[in-house]
Amino acid sequence: MTETAAPQRAKASFDARALIVSREAALKRFELGDRAFHTLTKSSAIAVLVLLGGVIISLIHGSAPALREFGFGFLTSQSWNPVTEKFGAGPAIYGTLLTSFIALLIAAPVGFGIAVFLTEICPFQLRRPIGVAVELLAGIPSIIYGIWGMFILAPVLQATLQPWLIAGFADVPLLNDLFAGPPYGIGIFTASIILAIMILPLIASISRDVFATVPTVLKEAAFGVGCTRWEVVRRIVMPYTGAGLIGGVMLALGRALGETMAVTFVIGNAHKIHPSILGPGTTISATIANEFTEADGVLYTSSLIALGLVLFIITFVVLAASRLMLARIKRQEGR
Amino acid sequence: MNESIPHDRVQETAHPLAPEGLAAPELPALPEKMSVRDLDFFYGDSRALKKVCVPLFDRKVTAFIGPSGCGKSTLLRVLNRMYDLYPGQHAEGQVLLDGENVLDPKLDLNALRARVGMVFQKPTPFPMTIYENIAFGVRLYEKIGKADMDERVEKALRGAAIWDEVKDKLNASGLSLSGGQQQRLCIARTVAIQPEVILFDEPCSALDPISTAKVEELIDELRQEYTIAIVTHNMQQAVRVSQYTAFMYLGEMVEFGETSQMFQAPKESRTQDYITGRFG
Repeated sequence: MTETAAPQRAKASFDARALIVSREAALKRFELGDRAFHTLTKSSAIAVLVLLGGVIISLIHGSAPALREFGFGFLTSQSWNPVTEKFGAGPAIYGTLLTSFIALLIAAPVGFGIAVFLTEICPFQLRRPIGVAVELLAGIPSIIYGIWGMFILAPVLQATLQPWLIAGFADVPLLNDLFAGPPYGIGIFTASIILAIMILPLIASISRDVFATVPTVLKEAAFGVGCTRWEVVRRIVMPYTGAGLIGGVMLALGRALGETMAVTFVIGNAHKIHPSILGPGTTISATIANEFTEADGVLYTSSLIALGLVLFIITFVVLAASRLMLARIKRQEGR
Repeated sequence: MNESIPHDRVQETAHPLAPEGLAAPELPALPEKMSVRDLDFFYGDSRALKKVCVPLFDRKVTAFIGPSGCGKSTLLRVLNRMYDLYPGQHAEGQVLLDGENVLDPKLDLNALRARVGMVFQKPTPFPMTIYENIAFGVRLYEKIGKADMDERVEKALRGAAIWDEVKDKLNASGLSLSGGQQQRLCIARTVAIQPEVILFDEPCSALDPISTAKVEELIDELRQEYTIAIVTHNMQQAVRVSQYTAFMYLGEMVEFGETSQMFQAPKESRTQDYITGRFG
């Protein structure tokens, strides 16, 4: 095409008509390429929706036998008996929500602390190394957290923190049930700590990014009225980024809810709702991972898929909420 | 070392910028609220201010003019040590506030910033209600009851000529106001802390002419109680609001004098060129 272009242009400069014709041809070529590109990208985007829809449909289809059999009681029932084929998601849902909640309780303050330190306080030379270290923490495969939790963290907790908690809260009403013995090592509490470590980098890096959206001049204005760093963070940075912070936490919650491998190692896999958080429990994903190979009956398999559907709905809601909140901070930034 | 200079001696010293012999008639011996002496400022290795000397006379408005990058804003940020937030920036020389060296590393920065308030180029309302925007700063320093606080907030908002516009929506977000109102809210916030010096860094550059007029009027009123320094790119504004003007160029203090004299008969040709628009 390049060889023909030069003489063509030379001629066209003499002949306006030829120019118009060649332009129209070129435009037609562009249009064709444009349309192909358009279709290609559009179908890629649609493929995502189709996949999402397919997953939902197959989950609903697969869980239909169990849901028909147990109805809404499936969500609350505590029995999980493959022999009598009575299944209920109660303990798994309880464990999933509780471990994630405790993990957030631990990880959110620490993550905010890391983010504040990195954006406001840390000397410039240390910013990158610490930031990279935090992100590397996120890169550790969850199976490694699992074996580490099982062989190192759990025995340590069993020997130190757990007896101390049990003894310390023994005389406190209400709380003594929460921290009742014996110290197993593994259990809901240990799983929560592992989860906290796993979602910490996510919370830290998202909060760092949203803290960075606070205009410098706003912080200077606060320093200008004589605020200390703590006051600037507490009264200016946190309120300004409120929605974004919550969004980040929810994103981390989404990750914690679905985390499988590490939790399966340390949670104890007991289909029971234990009043004590030190006791063993299970989560939705841990149950599925543990039992899908041995699920023989239709109802058993279907119950596991129904568990998956429940998890899907929970994480979908959480992630949608977090996206909405992160979008709000972006709009605020653009203001 | 800097504290050893007695207060009264500071005030009596002839102005360092004034040519020999001319000091007495041209620059009357007004009390200096702040005095900048031989100030050097560095962003890392690059020197942004070169041996700058300038006084801020008590309860007068001093305008700082000069082309972009000449160091006006930098100078302002030294006066309340705002540069301290950033590693790699440092100042050498003396900045005296009532004879006390502001650059002393042992100085309590929060106390300094309570005495030397600052209003920025862009309005910076805090993410809270209008009422809280004012009360927030006051509460940092004083423990006062609700009734007293209400009074302080009203007084500050009246002082910044914005009370009538916001009195019915004190619980609305500070961000809901227009740009000009936000800027006056920020001035009210600064005034509420009862500083002694107020620094304005191009306070009107983001405002429309009507809001600008209001802010200028306000600055003129604030002069009764506060010592004011204002950085501006607008010569007319400098003429309108200031009694003294300092012209800076490439980090140097080229000329300092009474505003009327500076704009009618500048001594330096560079000042003349700048104010007549021949460069900058």
